[in-house]
Amino acid sequence: MTEDTAPQKIKFYQTGTHTVGNRLMDEDGRTVQASMGRSNAITSGHRACQGCGEALGARYALDAAMRAAGGKLMAVNATGCLEVFTTPYPETSWQIPWLHSLFGNAPAVATGVAAGLRMRGKPEVRVVAQGGDGGTTDIGFGCLSGMFERNDDVLYVCYDNEAYMNTGVQRSSATPPAARTATTPALGDAPGNVFGTGKFMPKIAMAHNIPYVATASVAHLHDLEAKVARAMEFRGSRYIHIFVPCPLGWGSASEATIRIARLAVESGLFPLFEAEHGEVVASGKIRNRVPVDEYLRLQRRFAHLFRKGAEDRDTIAAIQRMADANIARYGLELPEGTI
Amino acid sequence: MLRQIEGSQGIAEAVALCRPQVVCAYPITPQTHIVEGVGALVKSGDLENCEFINVESEFAALSVAIGASAVGARSYTATASQGLLFMAEAVYNAAGLGLPIVMTVGNRAIGAPINIWNDHSDSMALKDAGWIQLYAETNQEAADLHIQAFRLAEELSCPVMVCVDGFILTHAYERLDIPTQAEVDAYLPPFDPVQQLDTDNPYSIGAMVGPEAFTEVRYLAHQKQIDALEVIPRIAAEFEASFGRVAGGLLRPYRCEDAETIVVALGSVNGTIKDVVDAERAEGARIGSVTIGAFRPFPLAELHDVLAGAKRIICVEKALAPGLGGILASNVRMALRGEAQPVLTVIAGLGGRPITRASLADVFRRAEREALDDVTFLDLNREVVGAQIARAAGTRGSGPIAENLLRALNPGLVHRVPPNEDAKQ
Repeated sequence: MTEDTAPQKIKFYQTGTHTVGNRLMDEDGRTVQASMGRSNAITSGHRACQGCGEALGARYALDAAMRAAGGKLMAVNATGCLEVFTTPYPETSWQIPWLHSLFGNAPAVATGVAAGLRMRGKPEVRVVAQGGDGGTTDIGFGCLSGMFERNDDVLYVCYDNEAYMNTGVQRSSATPPAARTATTPALGDAPGNVFGTGKFMPKIAMAHNIPYVATASVAHLHDLEAKVARAMEFRGSRYIHIFVPCPLGWGSASEATIRIARLAVESGLFPLFEAEHGEVVASGKIRNRVPVDEYLRLQRRFAHLFRKGAEDRDTIAAIQRMADANIARYGLELPEGTI
Repeated sequence: MLRQIEGSQGIAEAVALCRPQVVCAYPITPQTHIVEGVGALVKSGDLENCEFINVESEFAALSVAIGASAVGARSYTATASQGLLFMAEAVYNAAGLGLPIVMTVGNRAIGAPINIWNDHSDSMALKDAGWIQLYAETNQEAADLHIQAFRLAEELSCPVMVCVDGFILTHAYERLDIPTQAEVDAYLPPFDPVQQLDTDNPYSIGAMVGPEAFTEVRYLAHQKQIDALEVIPRIAAEFEASFGRVAGGLLRPYRCEDAETIVVALGSVNGTIKDVVDAERAEGARIGSVTIGAFRPFPLAELHDVLAGAKRIICVEKALAPGLGGILASNVRMALRGEAQPVLTVIAGLGGRPITRASLADVFRRAEREALDDVTFLDLNREVVGAQIARAAGTRGSGPIAENLLRALNPGLVHRVPPNEDAKQ
């Protein structure tokens, strides 16, 4: 499609930027968010911080799931930022049925919701469970693995901001190496989080051979929506792991959330891929590859790696090796000759 | 129909007659036979429109029940001991959300030291989680209480824990009368939830509540229990009218008229206590007993009416509050506030130790002679305890207590010299 055939006129300041994308799409290809008919599952007025990646990711994920479910959707929420900032009662941002029980049991509660709906003759109502990385990879890990193993009919969405943000930025098993958190301070011989530990939940989810696993990023919202739509085509356990920068916890500018998320993808540190029944079926190729420095420098949680005159090149190189390994493992390199 | 069956099987069949829609199961002794029984009824097709979900922990078991109950499905699970503690957070949560889940607790001790046998440490640890707690005296009552429990839970929108003595009841084969489906259907109406997740009427459940309303939420949870004081006897009376036998209720006095000594207890030990009461009465003693059917809500006024005329109260209880003494006795004292008679505690049956008629008769007689301590440990082996106290006083590295006691009790089975004995040589 060109500017002339686009369904909507493009203004001069939109050319050459990513924001033009939606306007070049025909109606069917546009994002759910671009539609006036979007459900606003999480509506405005919530208390998330400026630039919150989780609020953005949840909004896109839930509205896409709502469209796929024909409006018949319920959400179960683990304790965490998303739960707290959306329900300062009597206000609630949720325009869909929403249930919060505990920090570590969202997958099991969702299992119960799905089973209860079947038994009450409402199998058409779909169930989403969601939590942050702490609720998913740490305290909710047992319940999530159980849900996967039983292949319960739930889409679980993890909003990964790489630490316990709701309690004040403590390390989780999703915190990357070298990152400074309140419990991995930038002190001593090896400042920040240690290397060689932690979990990458999407791979663990794949090991359960569930129908669908995907990673997504708030820098690639069209892709995120498409993955949610794909996930909703399956019955059984599905898992989407969304990379959501946290300006407060990462020490980044509020307006840099999307840029940081994009650099995480373009550096190779956060691979975008889809897997079905345990096998990777597609991965997002990196169009403009960047060194990890560009991603790390925008975040104060990595500031100790870039002290003036004392840059920690060894650590940065180790992080670069992680990115390179991802690119090789998930085939993120753009094929030769592609533009 | 009368049949000779295991207590757990009776409970499983009674639960199935209540038409639960979601049953979640995780094995833990001694309740496992119950969920096995329900699972078999689902798998065979005898229990229709029910999902039986094998979960990965007790925490998940109750969490699944929470989710199912929140969409208006009748939900059930069973647990015991460590399992009840492992799900403790969800136990409070289910009550806080006001979800009418029914759960059996096959009462068992809590470790360490690990112990699979019966006492009430588990359900006592969660007595104040906001659940209604009913205690069964017999296997027949255990089965019957489950039928009442679903009605009670759903009428009040409050979860109900049916406490059944592990092994003593769960594994005992007795003649049970399991009612027909038609009888249960006539007694227990379909679940009509006061709240449920519904796409046609979406609302949020489980929001954060701050200081501005938390007290009020808790007050209403208390009020719900107070309301249960009226509901429990009513549905027990209706049960008696429908099924022709007594089960449940707040409490059941036994030969308390003119009694100077009244024994208060929970659960199956009341059978033994009544035997002792009969024997002591035959010897001329003025003694009676009270079976507490509902521990939460605690029937303060009803208990006061029964106990106030007695000279002394003895609480025989299968749990211990270390550093305090009796838990049941503390509650009974609350019922007798303003009264002068002593409320004595007999800690009995911990970790499955048999509670014999001889030992009970002995403590009751000591109480009548005013020679019973405020807190008594029934059949305590003072020799073994004394040796351990001396050992601990004699050396810093005295080693693990439980293992020391077992060695002292089985001197012929010691195969190696304990490390600190070795060091002395």
